[in-house]
Amino acid sequence: MSQARIPGPLVALAAAGLLLFVLPLAGLIVRAPWNQVWPALTAPETATALGLSVFCSLTATAVALALGIPLALLLSRTSGTIRGILRALTTLPMVLPPVVGGVALLLAFGRRGLIGAPLYAAFGLQIPFTTTAAVIAETFVAMPFLVIAVEGGLRGLDHRYEEAARALGAGSWKVFLRVTLPLLRPAVFSGAVLCWARALGEFGATITFAGNLPGRTQTVPLAVYVALETRPEGAIVLSLILLGVSLAILIGLRDRWLGEP
Amino acid sequence: MSLSARITVKQNGFFLEVDLLVSAGETVAVLGPNGAGKTTLLRALAGLIPIQGHVELDGQVLDDSAAGRHVPTERRGVGLVFQDHVLFPHMTVQQNVAFGLRHNASATSRQWLDRAGLGEKANALPRDLSGGQAQRVAILRTLATEPRLLLLDEPLSALDVTIRAEVRRELSRQLSGFHGVRILVTHDPLEAMALADRLVVLEQGRITQSGTAAEVTARPRSRFVADLAGVNLLRGRARGDHIELAGGAIVAAPDAGDGDVFAVIHPRAVALYLARPQGTPRNVWRARAEDLDLQGERVRVRLSGALPLVAEVTPSAVRELKLDSGAEVWAAVKATEISVYRA
Repeated sequence: MSQARIPGPLVALAAAGLLLFVLPLAGLIVRAPWNQVWPALTAPETATALGLSVFCSLTATAVALALGIPLALLLSRTSGTIRGILRALTTLPMVLPPVVGGVALLLAFGRRGLIGAPLYAAFGLQIPFTTTAAVIAETFVAMPFLVIAVEGGLRGLDHRYEEAARALGAGSWKVFLRVTLPLLRPAVFSGAVLCWARALGEFGATITFAGNLPGRTQTVPLAVYVALETRPEGAIVLSLILLGVSLAILIGLRDRWLGEP
Repeated sequence: MSLSARITVKQNGFFLEVDLLVSAGETVAVLGPNGAGKTTLLRALAGLIPIQGHVELDGQVLDDSAAGRHVPTERRGVGLVFQDHVLFPHMTVQQNVAFGLRHNASATSRQWLDRAGLGEKANALPRDLSGGQAQRVAILRTLATEPRLLLLDEPLSALDVTIRAEVRRELSRQLSGFHGVRILVTHDPLEAMALADRLVVLEQGRITQSGTAAEVTARPRSRFVADLAGVNLLRGRARGDHIELAGGAIVAAPDAGDGDVFAVIHPRAVALYLARPQGTPRNVWRARAEDLDLQGERVRVRLSGALPLVAEVTPSAVRELKLDSGAEVWAAVKATEISVYRA
């Protein structure tokens, strides 16, 4: 059995689409100042931004795991209108421009924000323009990836495992920790990796809500943006790092996540 | 120790209404066609679906919808065995058996496995077991928790025919050493008769018959049970010495009584002739052989005509009567061979 031939013009369009992806990458790799990679990489600004990026993205992923798995559990148990509303709310950050997300976060957690104002009044607590704000911004943008993956895993789960566990006398905690969660491991893992990758690349919400303070909120994407003005070779090296990480994630996940229909 | 259950379940247009009384140490097989509600009944007893009614085990109320009482599955003391093993895939065999144990889980689970001859599989993962081994482990996992009520949902039907008999023997042995209430759901009559003390026939959400295998098959009250017993089941109105069937045919039967009755004719009692028989039989019909089915030493012939029946004859009779499909014959049944009972 052979498939119908793809018409010539479509092949040309497909090639153009592919070029749109490949050319910028080629530009990055060809124009990279390879002899300056090491000095740029070990420059204190770079190291600081890298360290902050790793810390913020990992913390955001941990927070997303702690909040996102229960949220996915809740989503999988609801149905009808409630489920529609909950789903829309959780997936909104995936389609919302991150800058808008940042503005919204400011209006909620800012000094005069919905929650920020009482927090400031009661404890003198200020969230915006802190590392905490960077973590919140990244969690806001990245958590939907985890929730969607885990919810998908839950829907595909054979619930008789949970029923068997209950019949063996396991209460709801034991069922969750010893049966549901281990069975969800592949979904949790791929969801966490995608969530982490999205958090690592976060720019718009972070710069709006957390600002661009070196050592406190200036993560790698923000450092790339700044460096482009002052020392372009540093920007290219940092971009290469982000590219390498993204590629490694895609290759590592291709069977687990992208290979699925 | 005993179970008394009065259960009504309504869900998605499906209706189940069952009254069930089972004594301790008794194995009851719930037998019925697909979609009759057998699994729903088990899930209701296990507390996995909400019900209307009352369920009581050993004097403890598990469900009482009127009083708003419902004991959740994990606190009911029930054991549930599924059609396919449902062993936890991420745990070893021993961890699976230990899952439901509270004290000395490791040592006790090992003892159960050793006693069943599965000790060497203790550290294997479920995916490394054969289907029969996995189901045996699943049964051990449930029995090890010493449930008061054991619910088996077609425990052998997912197995290969070749190992089914072996697992059935082991299950039978395990059940005899178990003191709680046992309910086995199955659509396999052989499984029901081999493992159960009493049969309950469930059809379209209701119990249609109940009793020992002999009692149930001697007096079928539905097509399902008649097929199971391999007999012809007729229903009609008795008028003294004959029965008027719904299709208009008249069947002579002495002492048929009066009113709505069932009549059973064993296929062996249906005699076939090329020419119209003379003499004693009063029930003689023209019939056409529709198809033949060889069963052991006998051939079952499905007949159409005024009274559709199944007859059982010898292979030599098939040759003599030239009983190919479409052959025209005379079918005769002695009135005394018909057993009649109230519907």
